[in-house]
Amino acid sequence: MSTTTPTAPPASGAATKAALFHPTVARLTHRALLGRRRAMILFALPALLVIIAVAVRTLTGADDTTAGAILGTFALGTMVPLIGVIAGTGAIGPEIDDGSVVYLLAKPVPRPTIIITKLLVAIGVTVAFSAIPILLAGFLLNGNSQQIAVGYAVAAAIASIAYSALFLLFGTITRHAVVFGLVYALVWESLFGNLVPGARTLSIQQWALALGQKAAAEGAISSDVQLPLAVGLLVALTAGATWYASRRLKALTLAGEE
Amino acid sequence: MTTLSIDHVSRWFGNVVAVNDITMTIGPGVTGLLGPNGAGKSTLINMMGGFLAPSNGSVTLDGTTIWRNAGIYRHIGIVPEREAMYDFLTGREFVVANAELHGLGRKEAARALATVEMEYAQDRKISTYSKGMRQRVKMASALVHDPSVLLLDEPFNGMDPRQRMQLMELLRRMGDQGRTVLFSSHILEEVEQLASHIEVVVAGRHAASGDFRKIRRLMTDRPHRYLVRSDNDRALAGALIADPSTSGIEVDLAEGALRIQAVDFARFTALLPRVARDHGIRLLTVSPSDESLESVFSYLVAA
Ligand SMILES: Nc1ncnc2c1ncn2[C@@H]1O[C@H](COP(=O)(O)OP(=O)(O)O)[C@@H](O)[C@H]1O
Ligand SMILES: [Mg+2]
Repeated sequence: MSTTTPTAPPASGAATKAALFHPTVARLTHRALLGRRRAMILFALPALLVIIAVAVRTLTGADDTTAGAILGTFALGTMVPLIGVIAGTGAIGPEIDDGSVVYLLAKPVPRPTIIITKLLVAIGVTVAFSAIPILLAGFLLNGNSQQIAVGYAVAAAIASIAYSALFLLFGTITRHAVVFGLVYALVWESLFGNLVPGARTLSIQQWALALGQKAAAEGAISSDVQLPLAVGLLVALTAGATWYASRRLKALTLAGEE
Repeated sequence: MTTLSIDHVSRWFGNVVAVNDITMTIGPGVTGLLGPNGAGKSTLINMMGGFLAPSNGSVTLDGTTIWRNAGIYRHIGIVPEREAMYDFLTGREFVVANAELHGLGRKEAARALATVEMEYAQDRKISTYSKGMRQRVKMASALVHDPSVLLLDEPFNGMDPRQRMQLMELLRRMGDQGRTVLFSSHILEEVEQLASHIEVVVAGRHAASGDFRKIRRLMTDRPHRYLVRSDNDRALAGALIADPSTSGIEVDLAEGALRIQAVDFARFTALLPRVARDHGIRLLTVSPSDESLESVFSYLVAA
């Protein structure tokens, strides 16, 4: 075993081993995400939000309650999780489905590096297509009165991290990650969240609102979860999902055409 | 790092046993993994490539376990069977990305693209490539880090004869350089032309192993079976059984035919028409009853 073949490449492992971010993985993920047809929704939803903001402002004038309702219900409640589903599952799911992930995995790159890089890309895309448009829409709606625009933008950015981690994990677990993601986002968070108060404790949206509450003026945004608990759950979910996704990738099985 | 060892390996999917207690060693040179569809070739190659855990037994490269060992890919290059690649990239971008994932760069990518003679189309999107071009770019991505082991699942599928010849030549060269090259195929001729060593797998079991002469002999020196119908089966059977080239005759009443087993292929094919003519018997059907690859292989398993 100690014999080195002339074809063996130089042992350059040390440098790549430590890094948690691989620029090549990021480039491939980013291009795949924005190149797919699904990516149209990434552009369509924020555009819709901005159009609504302009229309509402023009028709009804600046109003904090209306602004909070639009940003809370449509933007944070629907748009952020949808974009999170597209970016989170899209960062890895399609590659696993069609088998092209082989080209990433047949490399001496640590699996956590692949997952963390993909997570960062998914977060970046979700923030860019949700938190930033929300900030813009907030300013258009009421000129950031009561820091409502900033508050919801902060909540959206925080939610982007947790959604990305959760939906990336879904992408490593099931071919139907998009469906599961939508069920979680729309059925669990929106529907049960509204019907069963307890369900809100386990809702990324509520955790994110707890942080948004801090960023906005007193009483402008409210959450059902206390800040320390929200932060703890956000960190635990993000870290746990990322860890488990790495484990899934380490043992990823590519069987026949079945 | 050049010797792949498969030691008492089984793999099942639910109730299906895809690979059944196979032991084999694959060393430098070109080895062909031959078997009919569903034999377990892809399952074996996936286990050797670290993309499938054996249910039982071990798969190692020079003693190092392959499953869940990302470091092993410094030594292994993989050419998957599936078509999917990063189709939105150009061939060059794809191979450069593969190089970068190995900690290498443009220089190595350019060398690999030259090796597979794809420079002329390297700036076109992969989505515009033909099957053969895809195969060559896949090959370049697998060669970019100069691996000592190369695994290819059905690499010749869908290639035209010229592309096939080019790839064979390339793989032969890789084998001559002392690399371990393993490819799978369900076509005997393909394997014979290229592989210096052949491993035959049938229905998940290791059926035979050796150079092509040995495999050929196993396949041709076996009793051939024929299904024969005539206007007088009884008389024909009586006349044929007297000859040493015929080792057994069965009257299949259900089929209304004779099942004849011939040990001497050449002699029997000359004998049959002569006997029929001499006895005034009209032959209605003469068909080899086991010429399909599957039956050739099941013979090997039984042997
Ligand atoms: N993921 C899977 N789930 C269930 N059965 C499978 C799976 N992969 C392969 N098989 C079965 O295992 C057997 C061997 O398949 P495979 O290794 O693909 O054969 P080959 O590559 O020789 O055609 C077949 O019967 C196939 O149906
Ligand atoms: Mg196969």
